[in-house]
Amino acid sequence: MEHAAVVQHAVESGSKIQDLAWAILILPLVMAFGTAVLTPKNRTLSAAFNISGVVVAFLLSFTLFCVFGGQSADATPFHWLPVAGLDAEIGLHLDALSTLMLMVVTGVGSLVMIYSTGYMHEDRSYTRFFSTLSLFVFSMLGIVLANNLLMLFVFWELVGVSSYLLIGFWYEKPSAGDASKKAFLTNRIGDFGFMLGILAIWGLAGTLDIAALKAKFVANPALLGPWAGLAGLLIFMGAMGKSAQFPLHVWLPDAMEGPTPVSALIHAATMVAAGVYMLCRVFFLYTATPGWPAALGFLDGISAASIITCIGGFTALFAAVIAVQQDDIKRILAYSTLSQLGLMVMAVGLGAKTGDASASMYHLVTHAGFKAMLFLGAGSVIHACHHEQDIWKMGGLRPKMPKTFWTFALGTAALAGLPPFSGFYSKDEILAVALEANPIFFGVGILVTVLTTFYMSRLVLVAFFGKPRGEGADHAHESPSSMTLPLLVLAVPSAFIAWLPLGEFLSGHFKPGHAAHGGDILFGPFNHNPIAAIFGLGAVLFGFSLAYSLYGKSPAQDPLSSKLGLFSQAMRNRFYIDEIYDGIVVPLHNLLSQIADAIDRWLIAGLAVRGLSGVVEIAGRALRLVQTGSIQTYAFLFTAGVLLIVLLALK
Amino acid sequence: MTPGLHHYLIVSALLFSLGLLGVVARRNLFVIFMGLELMLNAANLALVAFSRYHNNLNGQVMVFFIITVAAAEVAVGLALLVALYRKRQTAHVEDLTSLKL
Repeated sequence: MEHAAVVQHAVESGSKIQDLAWAILILPLVMAFGTAVLTPKNRTLSAAFNISGVVVAFLLSFTLFCVFGGQSADATPFHWLPVAGLDAEIGLHLDALSTLMLMVVTGVGSLVMIYSTGYMHEDRSYTRFFSTLSLFVFSMLGIVLANNLLMLFVFWELVGVSSYLLIGFWYEKPSAGDASKKAFLTNRIGDFGFMLGILAIWGLAGTLDIAALKAKFVANPALLGPWAGLAGLLIFMGAMGKSAQFPLHVWLPDAMEGPTPVSALIHAATMVAAGVYMLCRVFFLYTATPGWPAALGFLDGISAASIITCIGGFTALFAAVIAVQQDDIKRILAYSTLSQLGLMVMAVGLGAKTGDASASMYHLVTHAGFKAMLFLGAGSVIHACHHEQDIWKMGGLRPKMPKTFWTFALGTAALAGLPPFSGFYSKDEILAVALEANPIFFGVGILVTVLTTFYMSRLVLVAFFGKPRGEGADHAHESPSSMTLPLLVLAVPSAFIAWLPLGEFLSGHFKPGHAAHGGDILFGPFNHNPIAAIFGLGAVLFGFSLAYSLYGKSPAQDPLSSKLGLFSQAMRNRFYIDEIYDGIVVPLHNLLSQIADAIDRWLIAGLAVRGLSGVVEIAGRALRLVQTGSIQTYAFLFTAGVLLIVLLALK
Repeated sequence: MTPGLHHYLIVSALLFSLGLLGVVARRNLFVIFMGLELMLNAANLALVAFSRYHNNLNGQVMVFFIITVAAAEVAVGLALLVALYRKRQTAHVEDLTSLKL
């Protein structure tokens, strides 16, 4: 009631409080361009401007979150392209999802920026880093706030560009340049599908406004008729690219070539979650009546949501298996991110059955916290070990870097899903949904939990315990406070965020008026769904004991590699997916481009353009011969012509 | 047999053709010029023949004018030719191609 009164008041008064969202959106953009143009030489000032921009945006987001508390509101829109039949707005929408995401993006964003003042201290492109990071935050906020699919798509692409710029931040390194190109191009594939999906929805439903679409879908669940499944899958392709779902997952591990704070913010907490967020935004699309066009009749009976579930579940399992045999600390975390994103996507698909995707959003929020912390922790370790990323050259870091160790351990516990840390509760929601909707995916979830605990325990046991295995780890020391402070701040939500009734808050968005579990949050999972909770906890304990038995004695080499043999080789080589792409997609692409090149070179440039000009030129040359320039020829021709006319006339 | 109109016209046509042949086929400017005069006079002959045949003096008056104008034309044309010859030491059309591409 209290919130309603505040909102009511805000709506009635002339200046609407929701217009603050404009300030949140624009502030990082102003800072990005301001520092890039005005203070490119002044490192301290640039950092201060960009950090203050995002911090103020966070405070404003917090204000909006408190004011609206999950209620919907729209900021005054800006009419961008009023064309016939399409009113493309730049409009900002606030509700439970977007206000929560605003806080995640700006919160993690500001901590990552503060951390970067330490991590990037010696980099000569310090200002460029901060202003690109601000540009990213701006783009991400655009996605979060967008009230229509067109605007969402525009910011979607902007996020892709800023991600490209940041992955390739150290562009002098060929691997970084390649990784940024790979990320951008892989995303293009997904984005193309996304664009087709948006066009399909516009063509069939006649509007791109998300709220209007939702209302139409509520009024008529079979709005898209036979195209529902295809439109849903095309939209999902966008999420597949950004959230790196199989088979478009290949860019994310390579994206670790970027600076570690970038990996934390973009490739763990926010951008890769954009896909899941977008799916939750257009969730009504997946709860609608499924249907397929006649050409895809073999898919009858399967909804787009179930395909999404399968892809998500497969990605979760696949990435978790690969992570078990990776040695690069950032790559382990990258595959872990892939795996967790797979779980979230799976939860969206499963949620379509119950009409509630809150489990996915919930896990997204908790994951953003602890995974950003894990990446920042990994950055701290890499920084301390003089840019050594191989965990088998680390070891014994625990006494040398206590703050990093404790926060990293906490993040590991949260990621693995150990109560009472945040990951347990959100993962439990996913497991509970899976148990309710489809027991097979419950099994997948449990298996992923075992693997997650295993590889994270392996990482912690190898990197932080035992004796140093390398020069870098020997001389390691705790990172400066600019880097440990964000870690400590992030530790708070990673540990305690689940104590807030976030799950119910999000549930209220998807099912208004739906009475959530309520009661004791801390032990809630064991009360309302004991099977999921107990299995989840059992999986964590099993995974940990497995990891402890293998890595507890601090071996010098990975004992698992020899035990698994060829399978380990396959895992180390990421199941040869990149090689398969090199072997199939690249030659296919080369063939297509050669055909296109031949068509362009021979048909268009050769026949059409040069052919036409050639005909004209030859005709010109032939006609030039007639013009001898000699009066006598003309006289002769003239006479001949007259004679011809006379002869014809006389006939 | 007194010569009739058609005899005159045949002579006129022959003269005209010879003149035309000279203009088209010869390469010396003086000969071309003479060919032109021949063609003019072929026309004059035809005019006079018609004038006599129709008992109408208009044709003869026309011929006087033509002869007058032709005289002027010959004066100018020959003057040009002489000037050209002095400049280029030739009166052959094949040598006078400096305006050609």
